[in-house]
Amino acid sequence: MIRDLLKYLFMFVILVLLQVLLLNNIQFSGYVNPYLYVLFILLLPFDTPKYLLLILGFLLGLSIDIFSNTPGIHASSTTFMAFLRPYIIELISTRDNLEVTAPPRLKSMGAGWFLRYTVILVLAHHLFLFFIEAFTLSGFIHTLLRSLLSSVFTIILILISQFLIFKE
Amino acid sequence: MRSLLHFLARHSFLLLFLVLEIVSLILIVNYNNFQRVKFLNSSNQFTGSLYEMSNNFTNYFHLNRVNEELAAENAQLRTQLQQYKLHDIISEVDSSYREDTIYQFIPAKVINNSVNKRFNYVTLNKGKLDSIEPDMGIIGPNGIVGVINNVSDHYSSGPTILNKRWGVSAKIKKNNYFGPISWDGQDYQHAELKEIPFHVQLSVGDTVITSGHSAIFPEGILIGTIESFNHKSGANFYEINVRLSTNFKTISHVELVKHNFKEERKQLEELNSDD
Repeated sequence: MIRDLLKYLFMFVILVLLQVLLLNNIQFSGYVNPYLYVLFILLLPFDTPKYLLLILGFLLGLSIDIFSNTPGIHASSTTFMAFLRPYIIELISTRDNLEVTAPPRLKSMGAGWFLRYTVILVLAHHLFLFFIEAFTLSGFIHTLLRSLLSSVFTIILILISQFLIFKE
Repeated sequence: MRSLLHFLARHSFLLLFLVLEIVSLILIVNYNNFQRVKFLNSSNQFTGSLYEMSNNFTNYFHLNRVNEELAAENAQLRTQLQQYKLHDIISEVDSSYREDTIYQFIPAKVINNSVNKRFNYVTLNKGKLDSIEPDMGIIGPNGIVGVINNVSDHYSSGPTILNKRWGVSAKIKKNNYFGPISWDGQDYQHAELKEIPFHVQLSVGDTVITSGHSAIFPEGILIGTIESFNHKSGANFYEINVRLSTNFKTISHVELVKHNFKEERKQLEELNSDD
């Protein structure tokens, strides 16, 4: 239990640092900015209490916000993502999936499930994030394009991370 | 009460979500707005010096025209000097005559200027350290330009007459009827003079000057000439279209009007408005 706690704490810190020190500096042509840090919410165990999910999401976003001087913008979108997570899991899982006790990983849940899970939540997060950031619906297509392109990049990074680090 | 608690417990997830979202939104609106304001302030110095730098380059291309303007202004001043010689004689006779000490003029250079927005502003290269204060009038070689409303250490800025939020009291030179003049937001060469009653005899080409009713400009600074006028049926006043004498697309050197007794005058006028 303590070991798990430390593991997730470590992951939290590493992902935030990776995001603010490295990934926030990547901005291809003003469109693509990957937000890999959302991986933390994706990887939390299935039996994480729902309220904890929200609070962790909020704290995660807030840490990113503090570093990138955008208070509230990331916090609101990660909270939104954490809110959606239980419903999405319920939506895409069959009974077999739900019996798995391992935390959500590519390996344990299968590529199809993990891909659906990742794509839906990352898209939701990015759309929310970019529209909150723009704070307007004018330039709708532009904002949409930005969030879609960034989502693609984030998803690719998440998948790579699954092969590189979480081989287990 | 129990059912309320029950309700809260059942929807605690949703409620917590809403609370966190509201907290985030408050953060976004408050802090980011605050930041924006702060950013604008601290960058004032930066944008100012940037504009000045680019202005230093482009200035060379306008030297010819500036020279002509300065020469013209010189000539104009010389004519006025002749008139003041006359005033000197008067002031020896009449000790209350001290028109020329009320206003002082401080030269400045335009480093940023716009004409194509609804609210146009001008930025000058003189600031607090050059004793520039808010509410000082800006006049160019060909007539009035605007008024200062923001001052930093080295720069100042304010609306020009091409700004719908600002107007100035004007009068027709030949008969002294006065009214406010302001921009209608259409084009940078014209403004509208209002509140001139029907019985006044007008003709196209009449000169419009400042009235001197505000402490911002002395009396008699050129504003423009009447280009056209009409009166709508039912209205009490003329609609007068004034062609501005200042070409806002080319202004580069201006003078700031400093009113030496502004505070005194203000206090006196406040006494009137009290009762």
